[in-house]
Amino acid sequence: MTTLKAVEVEDVEIRLLLEGLQQIYGYDFRDYADASIKRRLTQWLAESPFATFSEAQSRLLRDPETFVSLLQGITVNVTEMFRDPSFFRTLREQVVPFLKTYPFVKIWHAGCASGEEAYSMAILLNEEGMAGRYRMYATDIDESVLAKAAEGVMPITEMQKYTRNYQKAGGARSFADYYTARYDRAILSPSLKKDIVFAPHNLATDAEFGEMNMVLCRNVMIYFKPALKERCLKLFDNSLLPGGFLCLGLKETLERRKMGERYDELVPGSRIYRKRYGQ
Amino acid sequence: MASKRRFQAVVIGVSSGGVQALKKLLGGLPADFPLPVLIVQHISPEAGSGMAKLLDDLCAIRVKEADEQDRLEPATVYLAPPNYHLLVERGGVLALSADPPVSYARPSVDVLFETAAGVYRRGLIGMVLTGANWDGARGVQFVKQKGGVVIVQHPADADTPQMPQAALAAVEADYVVPLAEMPELLRQLAEARAAARGSEAGLHG
Repeated sequence: MTTLKAVEVEDVEIRLLLEGLQQIYGYDFRDYADASIKRRLTQWLAESPFATFSEAQSRLLRDPETFVSLLQGITVNVTEMFRDPSFFRTLREQVVPFLKTYPFVKIWHAGCASGEEAYSMAILLNEEGMAGRYRMYATDIDESVLAKAAEGVMPITEMQKYTRNYQKAGGARSFADYYTARYDRAILSPSLKKDIVFAPHNLATDAEFGEMNMVLCRNVMIYFKPALKERCLKLFDNSLLPGGFLCLGLKETLERRKMGERYDELVPGSRIYRKRYGQ
Repeated sequence: MASKRRFQAVVIGVSSGGVQALKKLLGGLPADFPLPVLIVQHISPEAGSGMAKLLDDLCAIRVKEADEQDRLEPATVYLAPPNYHLLVERGGVLALSADPPVSYARPSVDVLFETAAGVYRRGLIGMVLTGANWDGARGVQFVKQKGGVVIVQHPADADTPQMPQAALAAVEADYVVPLAEMPELLRQLAEARAAARGSEAGLHG
């Protein structure tokens, strides 16, 4: 019985903490799905010097630096280069041919985290002859993760996996040409960065980006409650030009959504949707 | 105490040898099994969604791949999709996450068990079946902490015994049984709940 009580107290503590963070820092995590945020908060707490959220709260509300460490713990969306190779293969084979028909293409990558997918996209577009003909706006809520993304430095230990992903995604060149190994790190080629703009953007509070040909937001909205998810989709819809592409994670869908009526899934199950012309 | 318990969900963790084990276990459940069943099976990130379809064809009970925001229903088996963690939200709604692997696994048994235990507490049955690692050992601790019931496949009966052994080292399991006895055991536990339900309407209290 006592353990049962203890758990309820923790749920209350989390609710109070999120309320406080919203009022003081303006970041509203009450719109995040409970189970995931609780796991992330609990992990942060375990690595912090505090025993309980009540104890941490006093510091979190007064010390922005402590808040930033928490922010990183709860917002980082870990990803990898060419995650879901089949998705990138479809992108290369079915979407790029459309993009190539435009003189210049604008892409919004929402929730880019440390940039792995943005750089994957850049590799793909450059290989398809679009270098210099696109601009990718890669955004995230967390500025420190954006700084890391802009550096384009990754652990060398990941490269074997990324190379495999790249090949499965239809990449035919030598993946090693895209980075320089230095000690335990892989430094991505500057040629991949020059068409990417990293910028802060909060999907819960900020406005849309105008006139995009493509919006990517994969495995970000799965962390949001339905209302915030709805807000994001509306942002993306408003950002996309007719004929533009919306790319979601493999377990995210426009099915059963009103907005879905104006989109066609390019290949069933690909979660790549094309906005219809007209209307 | 046992007579008052009302089970609300079953969570299952299984790794190598899992396909055969799940065929047997789920194949033994009736189409109207009164609880939702959530399963994490360790599977290649690129496995696709074939497993749910395969099991659905073979078993009387309905089997589907879990989608985010699925509301848990009785007589339905939810299989964690490849490359995502499966979590339970308050109110019995499913969520997915792409957080880093836990114990090298995504989906992770521990993550499912921890979140399900937080929601269903005494109403949860946690089961660990055959597997070659220790995923699920933390998970059954959470289930026990919140007052749930733990069933572990007898290691001698498991295709690969490490995962059951790790679970048994972590907690005192309520039942240690061979696979063949599990469908009947689950039916009995679930029926106790169904009998208690007469006076208390609704699935999610």
